[in-house]
Amino acid sequence: MWDYSDKVKDHFFNPKNAGAVEGANAIGEVGSISCGDALRLTLKVNEDSEVIEDAGFQTFGCGSAIASSSVLTEIIKGLTLDDALKVTNQDIAAELDGLPPEKMHCSVMGREALQAAVANYRGEEWKDDHEEGALVCKCFAIDAVMIEEMVWANKLRTVEDVTNFTKAGGGCAACHEDIEAILEKVMKERGETFDPSAAPIEKVEAKAEKKPLTNLQRIKKIEEVIMSFRPQLMADGGDVELVEVIGNTAYVNMTGACSGCQMSSMTIAGIQQRLMEVMAEFIKVVPASQMPTSELVNIKEVGHA
Amino acid sequence: MPDIYLDNNATTKVDSVVVDAMIPFFTEQFGNPSSIHRFADGVAKAIKKARSQVQELIGAEHDSEIIFTSCGTESDSTAILSAIKAQPNRKEIITTAVEHPAILNLVDNLEKEGYTIHRMPVDKCGRLNLDAYKNLLSDQVAIVSVMWANNETGTIFPVVEMAEMANAAGVMFHTDAVQAVGKIPMMLQDTKIDMLSISGHKLHAPKGIGVLYLRRGTRYRPLLRGGHQERGRRAGTENTASIVGLGKACELAIEHMEYENVQVKAMRDRLEQGIVEAIPHSFITGDLNNRLPNTTDIAFEYIEGEAILMLLNKAGIAASSGSACTSGSLEPSHVMRAMDIPYTAAHGTIRFSFSRYNSMSDVDEVLKVMPSIVATLRKLSPYWDSINNEPVADPEQAFQPSYA
Ligand SMILES: Cc1ncc(COP(=O)(O)O)c(C=O)c1O
Ligand code: FES
Repeated sequence: MWDYSDKVKDHFFNPKNAGAVEGANAIGEVGSISCGDALRLTLKVNEDSEVIEDAGFQTFGCGSAIASSSVLTEIIKGLTLDDALKVTNQDIAAELDGLPPEKMHCSVMGREALQAAVANYRGEEWKDDHEEGALVCKCFAIDAVMIEEMVWANKLRTVEDVTNFTKAGGGCAACHEDIEAILEKVMKERGETFDPSAAPIEKVEAKAEKKPLTNLQRIKKIEEVIMSFRPQLMADGGDVELVEVIGNTAYVNMTGACSGCQMSSMTIAGIQQRLMEVMAEFIKVVPASQMPTSELVNIKEVGHA
Repeated sequence: MPDIYLDNNATTKVDSVVVDAMIPFFTEQFGNPSSIHRFADGVAKAIKKARSQVQELIGAEHDSEIIFTSCGTESDSTAILSAIKAQPNRKEIITTAVEHPAILNLVDNLEKEGYTIHRMPVDKCGRLNLDAYKNLLSDQVAIVSVMWANNETGTIFPVVEMAEMANAAGVMFHTDAVQAVGKIPMMLQDTKIDMLSISGHKLHAPKGIGVLYLRRGTRYRPLLRGGHQERGRRAGTENTASIVGLGKACELAIEHMEYENVQVKAMRDRLEQGIVEAIPHSFITGDLNNRLPNTTDIAFEYIEGEAILMLLNKAGIAASSGSACTSGSLEPSHVMRAMDIPYTAAHGTIRFSFSRYNSMSDVDEVLKVMPSIVATLRKLSPYWDSINNEPVADPEQAFQPSYA
């Protein structure tokens, strides 16, 4: 069976806040019985302070789905809605001392139920933008839909490209056959054929970069590269933004899921590597929190983790 | 806490008699069976004996029809790849939608290489339509591969009859009998089955030993070429200790065949009857009149299998589930989907599989805890009305995700 942490087991065997809250004024429902996971989150929100006074869950799902729901209710009780909305799926997983990669979607479901409940309270419509496919890369918990989208959006052609854009394939390499299959499929739809020995795309771009760039062009280019990481980070509940470029150092602001999680250093390393490939120069990527203090002007929020 | 193992279709405990038979082949008689010194004394003879013990259990005509392999999966792959290699002009394969991944993932891969795969559907009870099967047989088909018994539900397919139909159409027939061998009697020499897969660890032999039965005269191409072992049909130095163990396990299976089909079956029957009587909204899946004696697969509606297993495990009971969550995929078991088990139930199926090591007191223990486990989880489920102790009226309606 899964290698669940003691916290997961504890929340599963002794769930907190199970059942619907009496007099709830915010209800979020996500999932469905056909996908094997469904969660109804009921909240009692103080109408003056917007503080969540009580939270309850009803979950159809596996051990980690029940544990994620239980821990979510514990986390958000006492928070204002705005603060609760900052809770990411990574926070839920972290509070459980981690989840196996195959089970990260259980924490995502928790976050989505929360968003749905807040939307319900505020009379807004909540849209699920999260389509989930079969898990391809177990090392980094990346599914087929995400890889396919990235291959489409960035015209990726090699497994190395996919690793650079999504992290998938960058660990044990066991998923390379599946990644190749996705490349083959998408490239066929694009009218190309997959060539396992093709050079990764960045290298080609880097060579094309001949003329020296103006300072503005250079910063724009750096920003472009950093932007290309956003979809992937946002899918994990995080985001990245370029704050400043000083010499050969790019300061970035990582928010949400990424700040503080062990993935953040990997992400930064990934951005740095791609920047160097695209710019064909040495560039260091550093969290904005480490920017020399006199220049600390543009930082709105360095995450809450 | 009790210590009850009801997951014998996943794997079995190695019988202590089997372990005893194996030990000398790790210690004194560790020699290579091909050597001619005293450390190999008797090793070749022991393998020969094991071969005849397997032969007897499955009723093969010749002992040279038994090829030792490394596992059930290797036997399955060898059979199918041999058939297509030996008959390069035949580009179709017939199988079923409910095979083990050892078959399904292989044929999926062959499909990418250009083969046409016919995956026969099953009805709600997991049965095949033999008229449809007959229509698929043609001189384009390289091989039919149909499991003898299903690992999840225990449902038995009419492989003897299907092999005859294939034979009449001039088509090779393979059966994955990994779950059937040792649990139900068979006499292969009276059938038209060309190839059959066995896995040792399902019948109280160790993991990592298997057999491919290959009817004499069946055209064959080895998967592993190399040394002369297994008459050149499966190269690689023999796994001597495990081969000896498997031989012993086959002998024991013959001795216990009646016990399996009477006493073990009685435990299974009592468990499943007890459960469906005590727990509302639970039902047995598969072909109830045509199943392995040791297997029952029960669906519990509106709750999820992995959660059930975790609570069973806490109560000292080991079983398994066809739920998506136990495998890490998003879909419930392909067997449940093929039988069109509604989603409200497919995620909550639990398989209990017995062996001769179980007893009626194990059954009592499960019957004691099962109702409260199901009730606990239903209390958490948004699809269950705890006050009236019934499903909410029209569950798909009552629960309406805001984005749907
Ligand atoms: C029907 C069936 N076929 C094949 C296998 C694979 O056997 P092995 O684990 O020996 O490769 C199994 C066991 O899981 C099985 O149940
Ligand atoms: S599974 Fe993708 S790198 Fe390990």
